[in-house]
Amino acid sequence: MHQITLLHFLFVSSTLFCLGLFCVVARKNAIMVLMGIELILNSANINFVAFSRFGGFGYNGQIAALFVIILAAAESAIALAIVLNIYKMFNNVNVDEIDNMRE
Amino acid sequence: MDMYAVMFYFFAVVTIASAFAVVSTKNIIYSAFNLMLTFFGVAGIYVLLGADFIAIVQLIVYVGGILILLIFGVMLTNKITDSEIKTGWTQVLPAMLVVAAFAGTLLGMVLKSNWRVLPQLQQPVTGLADIGVLLVNEYALIFELLGALLLIALIGAASIARK
Amino acid sequence: MNQIPFIQIALIILFLPLAGFFFTLLFGKKIKQMYLFETAIITIALGLSIYMAWMKLAYFAAERVVSEFTWIDMGNTPGFGKLTVELGMMIDNVTVLLLFVVCLISALVHYFSIEYMKGDKRYNRFFAYLGIFTFSMLGIVFTHNMLMMYIFWELVGLSSYLLIGFWYEKKSASDAAKKAFIVNRVGDVGMLAGILIMFITYKTFTFDKIFLAISQGHLPFNSEFWLTALGILLFCGAIGKSAQFPLHVWLPDAMEGPTPVSALIHAATMVAAGVYLTVRIFPLLTGDALLFIATVGALSAFIPATIALTQNDIKKVLAYSTISQLGYMVMALGVGAYAYGFFHLVTHAFFKAGLFLGSGSVIHAMHHEQDIQKMGGLKKKLPKTYYTFLIFSLAISGIPLTSGFLSKDGILASAYAFGSLTGYKIFAITGFLVALLTAFYMFRLLILTFHGEPKNKEKYDHAHESPALMTYPLILLAILSIFAFYTANPTSAEKGWVMQTWLKTPETVVPQSSRYSFMAKHEEATVENKEAQPQHETTVVHSEEYMEAMHHAHYPAMFLSLGVAVLGILTAFFFYFWKKVDTDKLVNSIKPLYNFSLNKWYFDELYDMTIVNGTMVLSRFLAWFDNTIVDGIVNGSATVTRFISRVSGLFDTYVVDGIVNLTATLSGLLGIFVRKIQTGKVQTYLILVIFSLVMLTFIYLYKILPFGLEFKM
Repeated sequence: MHQITLLHFLFVSSTLFCLGLFCVVARKNAIMVLMGIELILNSANINFVAFSRFGGFGYNGQIAALFVIILAAAESAIALAIVLNIYKMFNNVNVDEIDNMRE
Repeated sequence: MDMYAVMFYFFAVVTIASAFAVVSTKNIIYSAFNLMLTFFGVAGIYVLLGADFIAIVQLIVYVGGILILLIFGVMLTNKITDSEIKTGWTQVLPAMLVVAAFAGTLLGMVLKSNWRVLPQLQQPVTGLADIGVLLVNEYALIFELLGALLLIALIGAASIARK
Repeated sequence: MNQIPFIQIALIILFLPLAGFFFTLLFGKKIKQMYLFETAIITIALGLSIYMAWMKLAYFAAERVVSEFTWIDMGNTPGFGKLTVELGMMIDNVTVLLLFVVCLISALVHYFSIEYMKGDKRYNRFFAYLGIFTFSMLGIVFTHNMLMMYIFWELVGLSSYLLIGFWYEKKSASDAAKKAFIVNRVGDVGMLAGILIMFITYKTFTFDKIFLAISQGHLPFNSEFWLTALGILLFCGAIGKSAQFPLHVWLPDAMEGPTPVSALIHAATMVAAGVYLTVRIFPLLTGDALLFIATVGALSAFIPATIALTQNDIKKVLAYSTISQLGYMVMALGVGAYAYGFFHLVTHAFFKAGLFLGSGSVIHAMHHEQDIQKMGGLKKKLPKTYYTFLIFSLAISGIPLTSGFLSKDGILASAYAFGSLTGYKIFAITGFLVALLTAFYMFRLLILTFHGEPKNKEKYDHAHESPALMTYPLILLAILSIFAFYTANPTSAEKGWVMQTWLKTPETVVPQSSRYSFMAKHEEATVENKEAQPQHETTVVHSEEYMEAMHHAHYPAMFLSLGVAVLGILTAFFFYFWKKVDTDKLVNSIKPLYNFSLNKWYFDELYDMTIVNGTMVLSRFLAWFDNTIVDGIVNGSATVTRFISRVSGLFDTYVVDGIVNLTATLSGLLGIFVRKIQTGKVQTYLILVIFSLVMLTFIYLYKILPFGLEFKM
């Protein structure tokens, strides 16, 4: 096998992204949707770090990845709080059954 | 086939396989544990990219924090007495179609783009000190703001969940 | 000379009372001490005005300061020409003299009112009104154009209405206020007509420009008749404001206002405004206009003097004497004695304000008793009031050593000289007759009030001298009624500084042919000369024969006026002090004459019968006209309108509404189709988002657009 290049990392991140996207779109449970979001964020992070390494951006990409991780932590805390609230309200957390926005 | 490539393929396979398991497993608890494997795989990839610090942070924050939060979320939003902590899919077909189209597009973009890559790759270097210097110099403001944001998120989460 | 400080100080003086008015009115209800603020402001204005008058008179007596700016500039207006309106201020000797008088009297009235109005429920508002009154009067004093004059003129009318009707719960007070306002309007109509003629002819309101235009031979409608008419029309305003015959009826009624108001409005300021206006327009008055003015002045001097003989209300007597004295001033202007007329305005302001304030003091002491029949013997109780009142009475009667003697003697001498020059001796005769009557009724008032036995024992016992805030203004005014402030020579003001340097008769600008003969120009004073130096105060005017006539008139007039004054005073003593003649019997023997005077020559009744009734009949006719014809037209058009609106209503219902409903239905149908997409599920939306994102990316990547559109980037 030959040298591992940027494309390899991009393939991994793209696959991860698509799996995360599918998770967000197709799973019923809100928690699963959150997990999908985490996957998407992870794939973005891989991109950041990879570009920073192969593109010669020094450590800037790594710092962006770091910030994304911090934001992800904040986001999941808030999102779970919201999910708990939804559970209290509808007694389940199935996203497809919560369609109050229709009318 | 050198060691680096072997390690890369190993971590890539781990990541993608466990991510696929996350998406496809019916049981949420299984999904959560597979997610942990994914995170580990991604951390490995970070290491391969020479980002040791990010890899450590990934393990601490994602595995130690976010994943635990998610599992708590699962526990709190499903009745424990229900042995089946399972959940299904919705609109699978359109989702699959759209995501496939998206994947195609993404692939096309990745392949079509003319990536400007540095001629020779440096060997991975641990730059913890440099990251620290950047954080308190160039990115000091963003760093502070993120600190404030985290505090706000904490308080917000507590107050939203308490209602 | 640096003009800017003068204008700045003038602006400060002008707007201080306005500020006082606003703040006192705004906070008067909350803060009980607000009147002190207003009083302080007037005191500051007084200080500034003294400073300015002194600077002007002592150092710049021969110059005048003018500052103007363009207020409205309409450019070239079709059918009219260049239309610009300028506002501005002019400060000359006349201005600063009257400025000082107004500020001084206003300040003294403020101090006086602090005691006099004590306990009134609208105490602070009274001071606010005094503030706006002072403001509007100062506006008149400073103006250099007719427009600003007119604006502040009406403001004075308004504020006098507020002050006269201050106790508006009293029917008579509110009636008097309305009467003063309406009668003033009658005069103002004439003034407005005059202003309009002036503006149409000269396209400016500024006095200087108008005078210059007239002196260059530019007359309204190209006729001297219209110039005379213009002068008389403008003077109509003065007839109203200065209470001249035949519009004098409002002033006695205006005595319903609080006494300090009477002192301020009817002695020093508002009524002086009319004379001031005449002074300002003096150069454009033709001989005929002057004769008219002199006639009005003589009538206004004589008629009220006869009425004052029999009045029993202390303030009414003073009111009629005011009209009479104003008549003197106007007559003086009419016979060409510009300087003496204005001089009398100043001296009269002091002693008449003093008389009114003194009467206020008496009324205050007698607990609002105004009938002199019920007074008497107050000399012991009110010594300060008595002695100041005595000085004022001597001044108004024209006894030597007082200021009144100087100005009155000047006027009489001028009238005498005028008579000997032109043959109209009637003015001089009226003048001496009125001097006699004045001396008589003033001392009748004095004796009945202060001497003899008290008629109302109870009130007499309760009477007491007024507090210091009320007596000190009196004393100050009494000091100002001494001759020494105006001239060093107590027998004649002619050589004094007032006449020599302060007051110069401005040169008249009317054409040679329509002047008095003695005002004829010398040959050398040609138009070109005047044009060369238009900024300087133009001096005179009178030919040598006039000077000579004045010289000849001096001694006879002096002795004659002194003689009649003493005669009047002695008669008063004879009648009322020594009681040598039984006045009741005398009254009975000339009953019709007495009643005629007592009822004020039946002027009010006459106006009631003619003008008021005429107006009533006219309005009744107009009401009928309104009700039947105008309303008929209105109702007819209403019917037509209703028919039209019914038709348009039908159109609305079926056509317009139809279109609207159709649109709504179409939108509804579209909505039914579109809402299918709207499932309310987040994930559905997300799929759509991803789908569109994919489409966009495709377009970007492969540069393909549907419908044959072209991709540009």
